[in-house]
Amino acid sequence: MNEKKKKSKLAMYWAASCGGCEIAVLALNEKILDVDAHFDIVFWPVALDAKTRDVEKMADGEIDVCLFNGGIRTSEQEYMARLLRQKSKVLVAFGSCSHEGCIPGLANASGRRAIFDTVYHKTPSTENPDRIEPQVKTKMPEGTLYLPAFYDTLRTLDQTVKVDYYLPGCPPEADRIWDALTAIISGALPPLGSVIGAETTVCDECPLKRTEKKIKKFYRTWEKIPDGETCLLEQGILCCGIATRAGCGARCPKVGSPCIGCYGPNEGVHDHGARMMAALSSVIDSDDPEEIARIIREGIPDPIGSFYRFGLAASHLRRKKEKQIAK
Amino acid sequence: MSDNETLRIGVYVCHCGTNIAAVIDVEALTKFAEGLPHVALARNYKYMCSDPGQELVKQDIAEYGLNRIVVAACSPNLHEPTFRRAAEDAGLNRFLVQMANIREQVAWVTEDGELALEKAKAHVAGAVRRVARHEALQRQFVRITPRAMVVGGGIAGIQAALTLAEAGKEVVLVEREPSIGGHMAMFDKTFPTLDCAACILTPKMTSVKVNPNIKLLTYSEIESVEGSVGNFKVKVRRKPRYINEDLCVGCMQCIDGCVFTQAKFPNSFDQGLGMRKPVWVPFPQAVPPVPVVDPEVCLQIARGKCKQGCVEACGERGAFDFDQQEKIEEYEVGAIIIATGFKAFDPSVIPYYGYGKYPNVYTSLEVERLLNAGGPTGGKLILRDGSTPKKVGIIHCVGSRDVNYHEYCSRVCCMYSLKIAHLVREKTGAEVYNCYIDIRAPGKGFEEFYNRVQNEGVQFVRGKVADITPVANGSGPLVMKVDDTLLGHIREIEVDMVILAVALEPHADAGEVRRNFGISCSNEGFFLEKHPKLAPVNTANDGVLVAGACQGAKDIPDTVAQADAAAAKALAMIDAGEIELEPNTAWIDEEMCSGCKTCINLCPFQAITADEERKIAVIDQALCKGCGTCVAACPSGAAKQHLFGDRQIDEELEGLMNYV
Repeated sequence: MNEKKKKSKLAMYWAASCGGCEIAVLALNEKILDVDAHFDIVFWPVALDAKTRDVEKMADGEIDVCLFNGGIRTSEQEYMARLLRQKSKVLVAFGSCSHEGCIPGLANASGRRAIFDTVYHKTPSTENPDRIEPQVKTKMPEGTLYLPAFYDTLRTLDQTVKVDYYLPGCPPEADRIWDALTAIISGALPPLGSVIGAETTVCDECPLKRTEKKIKKFYRTWEKIPDGETCLLEQGILCCGIATRAGCGARCPKVGSPCIGCYGPNEGVHDHGARMMAALSSVIDSDDPEEIARIIREGIPDPIGSFYRFGLAASHLRRKKEKQIAK
Repeated sequence: MSDNETLRIGVYVCHCGTNIAAVIDVEALTKFAEGLPHVALARNYKYMCSDPGQELVKQDIAEYGLNRIVVAACSPNLHEPTFRRAAEDAGLNRFLVQMANIREQVAWVTEDGELALEKAKAHVAGAVRRVARHEALQRQFVRITPRAMVVGGGIAGIQAALTLAEAGKEVVLVEREPSIGGHMAMFDKTFPTLDCAACILTPKMTSVKVNPNIKLLTYSEIESVEGSVGNFKVKVRRKPRYINEDLCVGCMQCIDGCVFTQAKFPNSFDQGLGMRKPVWVPFPQAVPPVPVVDPEVCLQIARGKCKQGCVEACGERGAFDFDQQEKIEEYEVGAIIIATGFKAFDPSVIPYYGYGKYPNVYTSLEVERLLNAGGPTGGKLILRDGSTPKKVGIIHCVGSRDVNYHEYCSRVCCMYSLKIAHLVREKTGAEVYNCYIDIRAPGKGFEEFYNRVQNEGVQFVRGKVADITPVANGSGPLVMKVDDTLLGHIREIEVDMVILAVALEPHADAGEVRRNFGISCSNEGFFLEKHPKLAPVNTANDGVLVAGACQGAKDIPDTVAQADAAAAKALAMIDAGEIELEPNTAWIDEEMCSGCKTCINLCPFQAITADEERKIAVIDQALCKGCGTCVAACPSGAAKQHLFGDRQIDEELEGLMNYV
């Protein structure tokens, strides 16, 4: 029992995200037992039956570490972010969604109205003749029902509350999670605000051979079988490894699949997509504006999805302006 | 900036006399600056660049402990070095200074004082936020290759090369013709002193030949130029002469020995008036005295079959080499002087002068060759039919001072027309009519020479010749129709020979030279000096200097003076031993670089190489010119640039945009 007293208190929370980050914790395999040995898990809705009110009752800073995954899309998520911030000594933006918005953040290329139109009306499988949409307040004979408000813009965790550390990745690699947890256990934490992981890019961990880059044509992944030796980008496969933070061990390019950028930009870079675009536009092998336009048009049909798949919400772009959406 | 450092920014608003103050309310701007974050003090002054203005900055740094300076004044191109130096004198790192250009970018582009003030505020706000992020930098120096290249072997190039060589510097002199000498070697006499051109030029040419410091590359052209001031790498294309320069002794026996007994190919040096053989030298005093073989007409080269009388004549020396190929040689030099000269205007584009149509219409350059003792007629002024002209008309301003051709005055035509008039009278006693618009004789001894030629009986007709027609069909005498503005009526003057005083214009390939050396040109195509008054031989590309008529039409005295000026500039540069690099070079954050090789190919100065062992890119600071291409392209942000960091630019933009 004495030993138990020494344990740190750990919380995990899941906001606007797919849930993969929760599963990623389980990828620690047998090390999950070490986690249990060092931490008391006080709040983890996906695994423990603890309620919000249990957290509300805690003293400020009572939780030692909170791993928060997911971006902030609803009023409930914002409430939980603020609450957990208040109750936690260390708040970690866990995974790409809380770090930089990730896939949910791509919805910032549109807005609440357009999202509702699609989800509740336009998809082929939707039948909604009464045009019912979720309401914050719904009066029923039994009483009033409340739903969280759906925000127009998805924000990252640090656009909502102060964040102490970031653990990037979609999801974070088990090894990096373990690094972070051992750092927390040993107290050997990097300076506040750090991203836990490598500083350089995926190229640093990638074994493929690089020469000088000159790209005449971009291939979609199904259009080309990589040769297994040469840098994927040099083969015309849009690999974001050159601008993406290392730490994953170059898992994707190693098996011939291009890096899609889930670890976000490397240290010191703010706008992941802008960096990627600047680099690519510099290595397209043509001086003819029309040919360049064609190479880009044919090879990169979805620039936001290609360059801002994970980082749109955190980028300089942040979101598309409302006015443009109205058109 | 380290976050703990207390920023104390001083802002100085310059009136620039009335250049700025007449448009922008400098008091209001100063007041605005005072209110900006971290600004410890803001002042305005009539001339910030003056000594008292700079003193103000120095005193304030000492007295108020300023650690950042913003000067809102003119373009940093003009006075950034001034204020950096002032800051350094006061003990502040020179790179903690930022200029806000409120003159060229604000005051000079609007008359609206209110808008100007608003824009000036934005510039100042941007500069203040930017300078807060500036870091102290060390000045960097690079060694200068103690060797100069002179491009063009006319009188300008010869003079510059000799001055440099006499000062003990190595010079590479590149000339595309088979011999140095240029246009001056074509002339018989020079105005206004009537010195024999060859007598004063050939000793200089010989000096070039014998000076051990001069490496002479004739029949050679510039292929490419890399690098920058202090360390240029120039590739020179050496055209095959088919004669080995090292073995040839200049006996010219091969020319006699050539199987062509008659010289039957037009000699370009003689403007096509004289003929030459397939193996030839442009003129007897050519330097180097090595003939060239014209591969187009040499039977051995063109047809592969010839008795090779030339080779036989050369005998044991064995200087002939019909297999000679073009080669590219590379030279490293610290400074380059461009002295590529001019081209004479081709008057056949002016239909009413009949050049090319009437055989007795000549250009001044053709007549120079006819008058020259070494020319095709041995110095006799005779017409194509061998007769001596009794009446000669000289038309000034052909292609010059004419909006249809060149608006500019070619500066030398009046004087050389007077010289030709004098020589024609001296040699033939012919009646000479000089038809001029204005006589321009502003040089030393020029007006006196004009008076002399007038007294010699040359007739001066003030008017532009409108038309030249033959008296009868064929090659006989011509009639010049000219509105004599002094007599007030149209005259028709019958002459045997018409000489067109053609303009000087840039070479047809001046644009290529300009691009190769990274310099600019004026509207007319002459190379542009850095400043028309204060930097007349410098160009926009540091280390590249200009001299002579390639920079603008000019006479021999001016050309020689300019060549010496350029040589002096090159000497000053080379003798300094090292040169300060631009501070805004790019560098690689080695920790951050993954060696993706995106940047390697992009560098226009070949300053980036891949270190395969460490798997990083490496930037040679001496070669980097700070263009920022790699910095923009680097996907990981490992390529960074001094004075253009992301934070510095972001802050400047925030300052500009937030204020707007």
